Amino acid sequence: MSGTESVAFDTPQRERRADTFAMWVFIGSEAMLFGAIFLVFLVAHIDFGPAFAAASKRLSLPLGTLNTAVLITSSFTMALAHMLALHRRWRPTIWALVATAALGVCFLIVKGIEYGKEISEGLAPLLGLPFRYAGPDPVHAEFFFGLYFTMTSLHALHLIGGIVVIAGMIALWRPSGPANRLRRVVAVGLYWHFVDIIWVFMFPVLYLINR
Amino acid sequence: MTNAAMQGTYLGQGSGLRAWLLSTDHKRVAWLYLISLTAFFFLGGAMAVLMRIELATPAGDLVSDDVYNRLFSLHGIIMVWFFLVPSIPATMGNFLLPLMIGARDLAFPRLNLASWYVFIFGSLFALFAVVAGGVDTGWTFYTPLSTLYANGFVSTAAFGVFVVGFSTIMTGINFIVTVHTLRAPGLTWFRLPIFVWTLYATSLVMVLATPVLAASLILIVLERVFGIGIFNPDLGGDPLLFQHLFWFYSHPAVYIMILPGMGVVSEVLPCFSRRPLFGYKAVAMSSMAIAVFGFLVWGHHMFVSGQSAYAGVVFSFLSFCVAIPSAIKVFNWSLTLRKGEISFETPMLYALFFLGLFTFGGLAGLFLAALAVDVHVHDTYFVIAHFHYIMVGGMVTAYMAGLHFWWSKLTGRMYSETAGRIAATVTFVGFNLTFFPQYMLGFNGMPRRYHTYPPEFQFWNVLSSAGAVVLAIGYLMPLFYLGWSLFRGARAPDNPWNATGLEWQTSSPPPPHNFETMPVVTRPAYAYDMKGLEHERFSPHREEAAR
Repeated sequence: MSGTESVAFDTPQRERRADTFAMWVFIGSEAMLFGAIFLVFLVAHIDFGPAFAAASKRLSLPLGTLNTAVLITSSFTMALAHMLALHRRWRPTIWALVATAALGVCFLIVKGIEYGKEISEGLAPLLGLPFRYAGPDPVHAEFFFGLYFTMTSLHALHLIGGIVVIAGMIALWRPSGPANRLRRVVAVGLYWHFVDIIWVFMFPVLYLINR
Repeated sequence: MTNAAMQGTYLGQGSGLRAWLLSTDHKRVAWLYLISLTAFFFLGGAMAVLMRIELATPAGDLVSDDVYNRLFSLHGIIMVWFFLVPSIPATMGNFLLPLMIGARDLAFPRLNLASWYVFIFGSLFALFAVVAGGVDTGWTFYTPLSTLYANGFVSTAAFGVFVVGFSTIMTGINFIVTVHTLRAPGLTWFRLPIFVWTLYATSLVMVLATPVLAASLILIVLERVFGIGIFNPDLGGDPLLFQHLFWFYSHPAVYIMILPGMGVVSEVLPCFSRRPLFGYKAVAMSSMAIAVFGFLVWGHHMFVSGQSAYAGVVFSFLSFCVAIPSAIKVFNWSLTLRKGEISFETPMLYALFFLGLFTFGGLAGLFLAALAVDVHVHDTYFVIAHFHYIMVGGMVTAYMAGLHFWWSKLTGRMYSETAGRIAATVTFVGFNLTFFPQYMLGFNGMPRRYHTYPPEFQFWNVLSSAGAVVLAIGYLMPLFYLGWSLFRGARAPDNPWNATGLEWQTSSPPPPHNFETMPVVTRPAYAYDMKGLEHERFSPHREEAAR
């Protein structure tokens, strides 16, 4: 029971393996959550293709592309953190984690700017805001924007969760021993890459598929 | 209960509120769940009794139609999400899984305690919805009723169910990781008790299906609160989409509710017939098969909802397929009894009742899987009777079987065997009296969810209402004699049923970290046919006594 967080494990190695496995199971669960919503989108896309294609062109491709680059870079810094933690180089590990969280915040800021732009253009069919979409088939365009806001905000919530967990991990850095540090970096890293991959699917589906 | 005899057991580790509410010991968390689930069971049950009293006469004289709608909605919501889904896994599963696999605790003890707090947090929303004025959508939250027309506290209740889903997923992940990483030396997969197999299969379904329910409930709340119309045709959405998402969760959830019950029965039947479980591997694998097939049959809830006829045929076929692994289990349980030395203690009575009631309810499921018959009985009392035979006759009966079987392990006390046998029999009689008439009502065309009905249905309705009273007595009795045994019951020996299984090899109640010496397993499960079994199996307790 030495050096493990849970009384159930004999060695930190076994506990780390269990943690990683648990994170994979959780990712499987999360994949079903996003899978359900992607499925809704794809079914709607089959039904209302032209309306969705026209509506999709109103999204900002430059901002979307910028955000994709930001998030992929954050995955790179997270991978660095994992590698550095394996070599027990704790100080650079912290910096890599800080960079990861900072890039996550950048993504959220850009996303916020994008939302602001869409709301001011009257493309946000929520909270009773005016919906002023001039293109063809505005009813199904409204469906598209409803899905767009649902999917991207759900993703953003997951990203916020990741940033909060990284912040908490750094806050608890000093009292936790090396085994716990590595274990947490590996688990949080897996989650971060997953949230990144969700965006890698969301970006083409929402922004690119119709161009 | 904290006296000299409990020193050194998990019950002797502090008796204050803090010691219970903050303990990460899986055995104490199991008690937290047991107490909260019992409260929900009787709350949901009280609503059912009110409905049955209303239905004793054709006219709507006790409650208004609006109140009746809220009663059946809340009865469903509470019973499904606040009792049945967590029932056996969160109580007996929580308590026994580490004991059965020879572990000190679940893989993530703090996550386990957190799951209970999340459960309570979510249930507060549901209870608020009850007190504030109720929900009238039915437990299924069908759109567009729930999004456009219902005037109750739909968002509150849906959010409560959404939160409780997190607790389910936490439990599921914890169980899966525990089974993979913490089995005792020598405890291979095919030496696991079937109860562990069914908990494992259940956990897989919990982890993979619950998020889809979360997605559909989020979308309902988004539509009601933010006006994003994913299910609203006026805003381009599709109401049928909700049914697809909802049943993609809720049909697998039926197996979340029944699989652990099958596990309990697989423990009890071999023990009280002194025979190894017949066809162990087939029973283990059929649990996994049920978990997998469970994901492929959701469309059988939508035969008359306007899905394509081809989809209907495929879903009908796949629904018949689920009957195969279920039947494998029933045949194997029956063959376990063959040539056994059967004795009829309380857990065995409940297990045998399970066998009968589950088979009866399952066969009615075949009627419902048949396309043409389903058109006739869809949304009638036939469906109500079918799933109550599985959920109440099956799962709740198995829950009672398990509670009595492991009560001595949970508490270190024995309950009154006579009272137990009487309660089991009263439950069986009351159950059949309540729900068999509902098959007749449904087949004759009485629709579900109405608080008035034509007078020709009164005969069967009166029988059913009378049965509900008997059933209520059957469920209230254990509350008293089990509660009494907590304080006055005889001290339980470590293994009162002379059962196999690692949980019986430690003391009753177990020490804080379950085993004084960590066990090593050298035998298959259910080795009831091996001579001198107790002496050959590893027993930390006896070893200690011998020292």
